[in-house]
Amino acid sequence: MTEPDFLTDSLAALRVDPPSALLDKIAARWSRVEGPMGPLYVASTDEGISYVRIGAAVHDTGAEFVASFRERFRRPLLPSEKPPAGVLPALRTGKGAGLAFDLRGCTEFERDVLRAAQRIPAGQVRPYGWIAHQIGRPKAVRAVGSALGHNPVPVLIPCHRVVRSDGDLGEYVFNRPVKESLLAAEGTNLGELADLAGRGMHYVASDTTGIVCFPSCAAARRITAAHRHEFRSIALAERAGYRTCQLCQPVSAA
Amino acid sequence: MSAPPTDGAVVAALADDLDLGFAELWGAHRQAVFSTALRVCGRWAEAQDLTAETFLRAYRALTDYDTERITALQPRPWLLTIALNLWRNAARDASRRPATTELDAAPEPTDERQDVEGSVLRNETARELADLLGMLPEEQRIAVVLRHVVDLPVAEIAEVLGRPEGTVKSHISRGLRRLRELRPAPGGHDDRT
Repeated sequence: MTEPDFLTDSLAALRVDPPSALLDKIAARWSRVEGPMGPLYVASTDEGISYVRIGAAVHDTGAEFVASFRERFRRPLLPSEKPPAGVLPALRTGKGAGLAFDLRGCTEFERDVLRAAQRIPAGQVRPYGWIAHQIGRPKAVRAVGSALGHNPVPVLIPCHRVVRSDGDLGEYVFNRPVKESLLAAEGTNLGELADLAGRGMHYVASDTTGIVCFPSCAAARRITAAHRHEFRSIALAERAGYRTCQLCQPVSAA
Repeated sequence: MSAPPTDGAVVAALADDLDLGFAELWGAHRQAVFSTALRVCGRWAEAQDLTAETFLRAYRALTDYDTERITALQPRPWLLTIALNLWRNAARDASRRPATTELDAAPEPTDERQDVEGSVLRNETARELADLLGMLPEEQRIAVVLRHVVDLPVAEIAEVLGRPEGTVKSHISRGLRRLRELRPAPGGHDDRT
C-alpha cells in the first residue's frame, strides 16, 4: 500500500476549489463613503446594495456597522476596497433609480413600498398616503409607515422624502433632525411647505396650465405668484376645474 | 493568499473578529468542504449550494459561541460534519419526494471546472472516477472521499462520521477494492512504469 497507486493518485486529483464567486453568495461586503450628511456605511451582496447606515448611527466605526448588519442579517460581512458601482454618483445627484438593491430580507409589500419611494425626485416630498395609493393599497397608510421604517437601505432609497399629509415631517429610520437635514440638503422647499401646512393648504395649482400639484413638485415650484392658487384637497381643486399633475400624481389624504 | 493558515491561526482570527476570521476559515477549508460536497453528492451546482449553506450555518453557530468555545474548535472536522449532515438531510428529503428520483440517482456528467483545466485524458479519468464514486454505498463513498480526496487522517474521519476508527478503515478498504473492481488501473498510459 506504500508504493504509488494509480487509484489513490486519481482520487487525490479529484480535490477542487469552489468557484471564487461562491464566497459572494455567503458573505456581503462593506465600504464607507462620503454622503450628503457625512459618512455613510454601505453593504452589498452579489445582487446589490443590502444595508445602509449613516455614520452617526454606528458611531462612525466599521465594527459597529458589521455588528448591526450581523444582528439583522446573520451573515458574514467583509471589508471591500471600493463602494458598489453607482453609489457615489447616486449620492452626488440624489438619483438612486439605477442602483441595484438586494431586498431579499423584505416582504413583497415592503419591496413595493420601497420601489414607490424610489420614484420621488430629490428636493421633493410625498405623503405616506401617496405611496399607499401608488402601490394599489390606498388604505394601508400605517403599514406604509412601518415598511419605510424598516427600509434597510435609507438615503439611497429615499424614504426620507415621505412625510405626513398634515405637513409634519413624520418619523425616520434614524431621527427627525437627520430627515430634516437630508431634505434641506436636497433643496426641498421645507419653509414653504410648513407655511402652507400651517394654513391647512396641501396642494398648489396654476391657472395658466390648469394643473394641480403637490407643493414640492418641480412644476409647482415654477408657478409665479400671480397665477398660483392653493387648495386644501384634490377634490376642491378638481371642482375648481384643475387636473392633477402627471409628474407628481397628487392624491388626497385617505 | 499563499499557504492556508493553520487551524490555530484560524480559530484565533475567529475569536478576535468573527467576520474577518470567517474569511480565514473560508480560505483554509473551502477546498475540503467543496471537494467533499462535490464528490459525495456528485453534482456541481448542489455542491456549491451545500458549501455555501455549510459556511453560513457555521457562521451563525459561531455568533452564539464564546471565545473559549471558539478557541477549542477543530474547524475542519466541524465544518465537514455540518456539510455531511446537511447533505444527508437534503438526500432524505429528496428521496421522500416522488418523481425525478431516477435522474437524481445518476451523478451529473459535466463538471465546469474540469472542462476548463487539465488534459482531455485527465478529464476523462476524473469524470469516470467521480461517476464510479457515485456507485459506492454511502458510507464507503464518504469514507473514501474524506480519506483519499480530502486527505483526512483516519482519526479525523472517525470523528466526522461518529464511528470507530476500525469501522472507518474497513469502509475505506472495501470502497477502494470496489473501485478497483469497477475500474482496473489502465496499462497503456500508466506513466509510473
